[in-house]
Amino acid sequence: MALKTEEMVLNMGPQHPSTHGVLRLELELEGELVLNVRPHLGYLHRCFEKHCEAMTYPQVIPYVDRLDYLAAMSNELTYAITCEKLMNIQVPERVEYIRVIMVELQRIASHLVALGTFGLDIGAFTPFLYCFIDREKILSLFELTCGARMLYNYIWIGGLSHDLHPDFIRLAKEFVQYFKPHVAELNNLLSYNKIFIERTANVGVLPLEAAINYNITGPSLRGSGIKWDLRKNDPYSIYDKFDFDIPVGKGTFGQVGDCWDRYFVRVVEMEQSLRIIEQALEQIPEGDVTSALPKRVKPPEGTVYARTENPKGELGFFIVSNGSLNPYRVKVKPPSFVNLTVLGELCKGCFISDVIAILGSIDIVMGEVDR
Amino acid sequence: MKNDEEIFEILKAKFGDSIIELNAKSPFEKVIVIAPLKIKEVSYFLRDDSELDFCSLVLLSGVDDANGEKVELEEGFKGIQGGTLSVYYHLESINQKQKATLKVSTSRENPEVESVSDVWRNADWHEREAFDMYGIKFLNHPDLRRILMPEDWEAGYPLRKDYRNPEFYQGMKVPY
Amino acid sequence: MGLLDKEFSDGNIVITKTDDLLNWARLSSLWQVGFGLACCAIEMMATSASHYDFDRFGVIPRNSPRQADVIIISGTVTLKMAQRIKRLYEQMPDPKYVISMGSCSNCGGPYWDHGYHVLKGIDRVIPVDVYVPGCPPRPEALLEGLLKLQEKIRNESTVKKSA
Ligand code: SF4
Repeated sequence: MALKTEEMVLNMGPQHPSTHGVLRLELELEGELVLNVRPHLGYLHRCFEKHCEAMTYPQVIPYVDRLDYLAAMSNELTYAITCEKLMNIQVPERVEYIRVIMVELQRIASHLVALGTFGLDIGAFTPFLYCFIDREKILSLFELTCGARMLYNYIWIGGLSHDLHPDFIRLAKEFVQYFKPHVAELNNLLSYNKIFIERTANVGVLPLEAAINYNITGPSLRGSGIKWDLRKNDPYSIYDKFDFDIPVGKGTFGQVGDCWDRYFVRVVEMEQSLRIIEQALEQIPEGDVTSALPKRVKPPEGTVYARTENPKGELGFFIVSNGSLNPYRVKVKPPSFVNLTVLGELCKGCFISDVIAILGSIDIVMGEVDR
Repeated sequence: MKNDEEIFEILKAKFGDSIIELNAKSPFEKVIVIAPLKIKEVSYFLRDDSELDFCSLVLLSGVDDANGEKVELEEGFKGIQGGTLSVYYHLESINQKQKATLKVSTSRENPEVESVSDVWRNADWHEREAFDMYGIKFLNHPDLRRILMPEDWEAGYPLRKDYRNPEFYQGMKVPY
Repeated sequence: MGLLDKEFSDGNIVITKTDDLLNWARLSSLWQVGFGLACCAIEMMATSASHYDFDRFGVIPRNSPRQADVIIISGTVTLKMAQRIKRLYEQMPDPKYVISMGSCSNCGGPYWDHGYHVLKGIDRVIPVDVYVPGCPPRPEALLEGLLKLQEKIRNESTVKKSA
């Protein structure tokens, strides 16, 4: 007589150290094999879109910060760009430069957390500590600029809340020099670690076709081998002035589009961000950063969609304006939310421990998934 | 690369009356308005036609137009009756480098739209969210449940303009 | 209290009150439930990482609530999450302590007015020992909150009822 077997349902989260917040996954298992994954969301649904309808346009910015709280500057930039498009504001050159510097610093900080916690999920504790040392350095630069460590309210519609600290340029240059060798250090510590490669290469392969149909964006898409970066493909701000490359996954240790590729795209992106920051710090012009701030934000009627390349992917805002002081409707296009849709597909037929690796490699932030 | 007028003409020639109008009210984007029960057919065409090639759905958003009548349902509380709810679709083609915005409008009392989750896979969750927030029913959706709010939430659809928060949920006080 | 100040010269004997001994043991190794909710959780992570080093106060994240002494509610508590947190809290063995970190878990924070799905204060569900204000609180503020909790534990008594 054969042994009776049945499928098992395993619940992971909402309190789980490697779900990156309060995500809950329902895994259907056959032994170690994952048959199906069903994510349950909403444990951090903070009603962002309702708040927007009750606030005036500038008042929304602090809430925008709290969407993807690892990349608050980038969120602010996207929202500001959307509103500027709506009101047809041209911002001064110096503002654009400062914005680019801030956003690229933020990209490095966000990737550092992504890489550190990815290592942590897979069992490498040390890289996490190293990443956080460097992140603190970036945070102290932000603190110098606007006084806050995480949620800044710095980039406003039509400008910035105030100018840079006189020491900022010097300190930022120092940081760039300091950080350059650290990428190589991270590579030695984690990227080329044999165990790490074994855990991530050939795991969770995302074919390009599926990635596009799911509208995956950001490093997760580029890991699958397509050069699609809004900074180049749909340029906004002043990104056309800088010289930088778009890294893509090459399948170094396995198939193109596996977890290692997605991870390594982020590492190389940090180097490219450093390049952009370096150029921007050299070229930054003098000027007034508050001259274009509108007295009253009251855009004309209409709908608008604008987007930027966030550390996690394409962040966009769809705003419906009815000509009053409050937005009539704000809908976020959250990259983490969309990237998470593919999880079920990726996890089919892998092992339980791979689920953690796959989840870590698509790098989600629950604040943005649930809003 | 095609502009909105050309895309509209192509669709109009193919689907006739199902394509209602090209709405150019907004100075920032032109919106192609489509009949809610035809959106799936149109979407398949938009995705598979080699010249249009809209390979990804960037965003699907529900909007409460609140253009109905304001009626006093209870003491001091105004509800909305009649009017429409809308869904906006932002599409993008990576190969052809073009974008398009579609819109469908459906009645507020019985909002029904054909689901496009077979066409673009990420529409699945977007549609669940629109259902959760506005109560728009997407016909032929594989798994239309609430996604963000708890499944036993009984107070209605929070992003509708006439939504009222309950006093208690599972014994917890909700207002401040 | 000075338990460690006494040198062990007089034949390895230390004389102290049971209360002091127990309290000293409790407050010096507060293990926390390794669990984060929202933006504040990132600051909590930063506090336990290299720069601020929570470990030096004996705070180590444990992944199971059954092995933990303190739970730090770090972020916005939604209605959907509230019952889960209550269950986590109930799983912790006594004596257990709660630090509410950030305005969100203190009172609803920026979401107090229009947040239809936000619980306005975790103290509506579980009792709180220390409130740390801020949005997000700086790591220093969280450390201060922990020191306050230690102070509170130091003055506890197993026989006398505390307020
Ligand atoms: S208190 Fe502020 S930082 Fe903390 S979870 Fe709430 S919104 Fe985020």
